Amino acid sequence: MSYIPHTADDIQAMLETIGLADVEELFTAIPEAFRFPTLDLPEGLSQMETSQAIEYLSEANLPAGKMITFLGAGAYNHYSPAVVNQVLLRGEFLTAYTPYQPEISQGTLQAIFEYQSMICALTAMEVANASHYDGATALAEAVILALNAARDDRKKVVLSGVIHPEYREVVRTYTQGMGLTIEGDEPASADLNTFIDAIDDQTALAAIQYPNFFGQIDDIARFIQAAHAHGALACIVADPIALGLLKPPGAMGADIVVGEGQGLGIPMSFGGPYLGFFATRQKYVRKMAGRLVGETTDAQGQTGYVLTLSTREQHIRREKATSNICTNQGLMALAAAVYLSVMGKHGLRKVAELCYHKSHYAADVIDRLDGYNIDRHKPFFKEFVVQCPRPVAEINRYLLETYGIIGGYDLESPYPDRKNQMLIAVTEMNTREEIDLLAQALNEVEQ
Amino acid sequence: MTEPLIYDLGSPGRAGIKMPDPDVPLADLPADLARDDLDLPEVSEVDVVRHYTRLSILNHSIDKGFYPLGSCTMKYNPRLNEDMARLPGLAAVHPYQDPETAQGALELMYETQEWLKEIGGFAGVSLQPSAGAQGEFTGILIMRAYHRDRGDTRRTRILIPDSAHGTNPASTTMSGLEVIEIPSDARGNVDLESLRAHCDDTVVGLMITNPNTLGLFEDQIVPIIELVHNCGGLVYGDGANLNALMGIVRPGDLGFDVMHYNLHKTFSTPHGGGGPGSGPVGVAEHLAPYLPGPLVDIVEGAESEGEMPRYQLVMPARSIGRMKAFYGNFGVIVRAYTYMMVNGSDGLRRVSEMAVLNANYLRARLRNTYHVPYDRVNMHEFVIEGRFADAPGIHALDISKRLMDYGMHPPTNYFPLIVHEALMIEPTETESKESLDAFCNAMVSIAREAREQPELLRDAPHSTPVGRLDEVRAARQLSLCCRPIANPD
Amino acid sequence: MSNWNIPTDLHYTKTDEWIKVDGQEALIGITDYAQDQLSDIVFVELPEVGTSYSANQSLGVVESVKAAADIHLPASGEIVATNNDLADTPEILNQDPYEGGWIVRVKLADPSEVDSLMDASAYTAYCDERG
Repeated sequence: MSYIPHTADDIQAMLETIGLADVEELFTAIPEAFRFPTLDLPEGLSQMETSQAIEYLSEANLPAGKMITFLGAGAYNHYSPAVVNQVLLRGEFLTAYTPYQPEISQGTLQAIFEYQSMICALTAMEVANASHYDGATALAEAVILALNAARDDRKKVVLSGVIHPEYREVVRTYTQGMGLTIEGDEPASADLNTFIDAIDDQTALAAIQYPNFFGQIDDIARFIQAAHAHGALACIVADPIALGLLKPPGAMGADIVVGEGQGLGIPMSFGGPYLGFFATRQKYVRKMAGRLVGETTDAQGQTGYVLTLSTREQHIRREKATSNICTNQGLMALAAAVYLSVMGKHGLRKVAELCYHKSHYAADVIDRLDGYNIDRHKPFFKEFVVQCPRPVAEINRYLLETYGIIGGYDLESPYPDRKNQMLIAVTEMNTREEIDLLAQALNEVEQ
Repeated sequence: MTEPLIYDLGSPGRAGIKMPDPDVPLADLPADLARDDLDLPEVSEVDVVRHYTRLSILNHSIDKGFYPLGSCTMKYNPRLNEDMARLPGLAAVHPYQDPETAQGALELMYETQEWLKEIGGFAGVSLQPSAGAQGEFTGILIMRAYHRDRGDTRRTRILIPDSAHGTNPASTTMSGLEVIEIPSDARGNVDLESLRAHCDDTVVGLMITNPNTLGLFEDQIVPIIELVHNCGGLVYGDGANLNALMGIVRPGDLGFDVMHYNLHKTFSTPHGGGGPGSGPVGVAEHLAPYLPGPLVDIVEGAESEGEMPRYQLVMPARSIGRMKAFYGNFGVIVRAYTYMMVNGSDGLRRVSEMAVLNANYLRARLRNTYHVPYDRVNMHEFVIEGRFADAPGIHALDISKRLMDYGMHPPTNYFPLIVHEALMIEPTETESKESLDAFCNAMVSIAREAREQPELLRDAPHSTPVGRLDEVRAARQLSLCCRPIANPD
Repeated sequence: MSNWNIPTDLHYTKTDEWIKVDGQEALIGITDYAQDQLSDIVFVELPEVGTSYSANQSLGVVESVKAAADIHLPASGEIVATNNDLADTPEILNQDPYEGGWIVRVKLADPSEVDSLMDASAYTAYCDERG
């Protein structure tokens, strides 16, 4: 009961003011048969004991840092400058609510405005919102925007099979009651042409990932043109680190750019909390879900920031709102803003280049091993697919037990025709020695 | 007092961090793939630290002072939670690691599921949903799937009381279902007759917040649930107000079929200026197969004698699917689990008791100064009217803005919609009697000012970094991004 | 005594639109009461010219900072023109709801539908009732 300040005297005095004899009298509105159940839970512990118990649990895990890791597939071991975590620990940011009262929330509001601006710059889009839960839900919200923009005249969505399998699952969960057809990813291994051929005049939105789930860089300009030829909105699911180096989707005409912002200084944390970024064209701003911060002035003419266009949102529009979303990932958006500031124009490019060079070095050394082949028919960024001589699970077990290496992602379960294929991620955090050790270990498995 | 934008600081060529040079041979990048320019700030590390520190002090926060924002449960956010979430063994674990290398993380999730089941009285819990609104959406999708699975496709309507939060109808529409609004009666509870009239074989379910948004426990909750169950519908509980109920009553025992928990309210995880939250969903036995997954379960038979249980991720048999990538907002779950461990069974009941005591104490102290439209013993929050017959022209908004000059965050304004000039006050259990007394004194003083110097309220706040901001200008002259972006169209 | 300007030559709906009939065509907008309730209007969503709507169907949205209201067509018809000034200066709806603030021009399917709408005195009473 560490966090309750009441003394017995306080409680007595307060009950007297209320006019009750004891605390239990506060609960007479609750049906007696159900009142005060016994919870079959442990007794409370001191902070010290709790801390020891959770540290003990944490030691049962093998985290990056303690291990060498080449696992990506949507969550990445990127470097987070110390400044990011230190700013997040400021209680003024950490313990504030959604900035409904702008006069006493300028810190949060301006930080989100800066985040929105940096996402626009990174994607080359005109507007970005204050963020969504993660990359997957941001894609689902893009689908809903497109349906609304088409005023329900188009009820088809085309998703490329090279989009993260779980993102496609989330879109299907979100839209199960919307009477929608989703095509393009059956079979999931369909190539770019088959995907583009599925786009027709009934398509509200078509989406592809950049770089794709296999790390490859598709010809997205061609995809965007094809979508536009049918009047469909073109959505790109982008890796923000890759955008430090690669041509931004906005420059190629994308209508919506979404993605997972975890790489921007946010820990992997076993899958969350992450950051879904969302950017679009000015003309769709009123169809966009989520919070938006805009610039304005006070009576003295000082610049200030407010939540704006809230008539799109659930608390005013209720059943007619653009989405049910209530919050953004405020603290995660702040992390991304601090990360992008401290990395800056030159640092982010450097991070992206390190990923590019190191992953290509890794691909080269693995490609030289007997029994291993790299899929090189398209350019790739920081991940690549290795055809292995044995089941991936078997290889990963060897890497872990013999070298403390967390190997790549096993592509077989989401893509059954990709037997013995491993998706390897190499970031700026991997050293040449680690890569050489991985190659040595892979070589040993084969022998 | 304002702060320039980060883009207006620094100088061309300046960098905030030095990244190492490549330790591998350089690879060629096809020129047509690369971008020309990247319009990000060029600032030093100290520029960044000072800028965000200066921004931070423009915020009100729980750490700075009282934050009685109704329905938001702005309780103290324990620092132990932050330390635990940052342990490398939790923060640096990849979601796709072999489960054998993440048993600690899985155990923590499993235990959190078990605690939440016990607190809510439910048979199953999924930690997938990322926030309260997504938890609600999840709950509606589960109810819809349950009926459709039985071949009952006639059911397309969700009943929602008029006092409900706006996310309830918005989530309903997203699920492709129709909203039917149920009025409140004179006591602020659901109107039973109107509810009865709408209960038929087209009803998917009822969404109800209990305690309701007036802070009142629906004393007719048992007959309400019976009515809905008798027509074949299900009952969804909005768990936003669970801080009043831990160890006091279990929604599952009352007959609720589904409920979401807000870990960022009841279980003390920080709001972070708007997120991240976490909105796990609990369900009764008959809905457990529909939960979004994956969930964490114990591997049957894997434990030999005296060994620790092994944990695995499983997808429920008839799951509605995934609500997000991976398994839930794990970092938020770690914080909530830490909080539950510190409190334990007795502590959680004490939390709810003191939250309710604090709210009733405030009501008792304010009722002679402000009109309390539903003046009876309330739960963890209550609603007053922010207007005075003898101070015309003073609105709830003016009182709210004036409170800022007293160093406190205003209550929730203009919600619920069924009270005129509503001010919804939720103190939470972590506030001491002195802090509550200071708030009452400020409110009494503001009521006096409303009569004697009304302009003090109308022009408030006077002591904040900026004054009242021009929201009309913000909406008419939209400026959402400070960088020029070339439009290729 | 009503606080709102309610011209006598127009007809009115329960959802606070006005209609001014001119032969087979009519101008449509929102009333002084509606703009007063919404307060500062910041955006008007207009329909596409050439679209047909039935009576009471929603053809667009008027938004202020705090509220949004659907615009309903008082009588069935096809949109023949929209007031494009509203895109850049939506505040005309606050300043001049009956002249400069017209929203759409409609070719009526059946001008007699207008007869069932409220006249100025009935609408005045309807506004007073709601306060």
